[in-house]
Amino acid sequence: MKHPVWRGAVFLAALAVPLYWLYQAWIFALGPDPGKVLVDRLGQGALVLLLLTLALSPLQWATRWSGWAQVRRQLGLWCFSYACLHLMAYLMFILGLDASQLGRELVERPYIIVGALAWLGLLTMAITSNRWSMRRLGRGWKKLHRIVYGVLGLALLHMLWVVRSDIGLWLLYFSLGAALMLLRLPLLSQRLKRLRRGPIGSPRRAADTSPGA
Amino acid sequence: MLIRLPNASRCLPSEITPEPVYLSRRRFMAAAAAGVAGSALPGLARARDAASPYDVPAPDDQPAWFTDKLPQAQWKAVDVRGEAITPFQDATHYNNFYEFGPDKGDPADHASAMPTEPWSVVIEGAVAKPGTYSLEDLVQPHRLEERIYRLRCVEAWSMVIPWLGFPLGKLIERAEPTAGAKYVAFQTAQLPEAMPALRSRFSLIDWPYREGLRMDEAMHPLTLMAVGMYGRVLEPQNGAPLRLVVPWKYGFKSIKSIVRISLVEQQPYTTWQDLAPQEYGFYANVNPQVDHPRWSQARERRLPTNLFSTNVRDTLMFNGYADEVASLYQGMDLRRYY
Repeated sequence: MKHPVWRGAVFLAALAVPLYWLYQAWIFALGPDPGKVLVDRLGQGALVLLLLTLALSPLQWATRWSGWAQVRRQLGLWCFSYACLHLMAYLMFILGLDASQLGRELVERPYIIVGALAWLGLLTMAITSNRWSMRRLGRGWKKLHRIVYGVLGLALLHMLWVVRSDIGLWLLYFSLGAALMLLRLPLLSQRLKRLRRGPIGSPRRAADTSPGA
Repeated sequence: MLIRLPNASRCLPSEITPEPVYLSRRRFMAAAAAGVAGSALPGLARARDAASPYDVPAPDDQPAWFTDKLPQAQWKAVDVRGEAITPFQDATHYNNFYEFGPDKGDPADHASAMPTEPWSVVIEGAVAKPGTYSLEDLVQPHRLEERIYRLRCVEAWSMVIPWLGFPLGKLIERAEPTAGAKYVAFQTAQLPEAMPALRSRFSLIDWPYREGLRMDEAMHPLTLMAVGMYGRVLEPQNGAPLRLVVPWKYGFKSIKSIVRISLVEQQPYTTWQDLAPQEYGFYANVNPQVDHPRWSQARERRLPTNLFSTNVRDTLMFNGYADEVASLYQGMDLRRYY
């Protein structure tokens, strides 16, 4: 694999952010309700990582730099990790580790159901993200990983149902997500690919990175 | 008016965690984590403020209408049994005051731009003595009482706060309500220069913020007009200079920075009910059996929490004030009138 420094930097950045949040919670820098702050930040962190993962293909079409694709699996797995931490923080700080409460929430709350479905989608992609699964699933692998688009929709809906009155931040995420989807329309993705300078990177080669993730 | 409380809700002052003990622990943890544990010690030697029983230094520029009333204040007129008072720092830095922004820290960051002096309140509608009253005139006739109340937010967090104020009922009596007074409507100041959300394009709220009570709720002795907390004048983010406190209802009913009180015949417009009627009702009584459509109201996080203590506890019917207020709602279907 190329670009070891780039890949290492992405790894450290994604690792450092939740560690820093944990440190802030430890020193009481997150206010009187640090658990809720962690739940919110981890959830939004997972959403941002999902958007970043989905931005890699358009970035690669436009710049033909191979480094983008090389962090795709990593960012996807970071997104899943943040989502797991988000879920754990919710179980611990919001439900107080009460299992019976979780059962009720799962049955009664649409936003919890939607969030759980999004997490299951991420889980499916995470456990099939290894080389063995890619070989095993063959053509089906790419098809399977198209559920990422569904996960994005579910995650945005999940967040929309939590917002109380100010939807500015949600609109920002929604716009970014919508833009990344539009860029996948053949009309726009072909234009992006034409931005590439030089003869390297024929349309055929570009096709194997799109629209897998 | 004498408020009769059952023995169960009486509290020994010794049961409240003293604020300096709590704060010094926080400071110690912070300092230890930063590797400078020695700096924790000055925090213990905090100066006591003679005018109040709290170790929160009062600002130097407290208005005379407030300081003149303090010596006669009746401390702990109502108390909460066995539940620690929320630290002042948390009660003043974790607020919902959407005029100043949607985040809990926004009010503390921005509300100081709100001019609270001079302040006047319009009292109008079905009263014999309508008019525009200065804050001084409104407070002057009343003895300040300290009421230590639970505050339960509809978002499922809660605090315990020592308010200073006087019963709303006494204020209304002075205005001499007439036969048409069935409800009381309140309105918050509308100051776009000082309130960022009033200039925002993304806010869903139709300003000014408005709230209301049924007449018997407004006249109930627990219903408080607060002008102070923790033995000092209200901070702007807590609704200075005059706010409502209705301890058995979700926090959004306790409207802040009031400029208008109208006694009316019809049930008045209320902000959150208008914004999402299927989620927020006019009554908004704390009720663990009636969930918010998006989240459970059965339990609450008593703030402050930390990584090791999530402080999740059961929510009490009418926020623990059922003995005093349940009779107001006798025969009402509380699932329908939420």
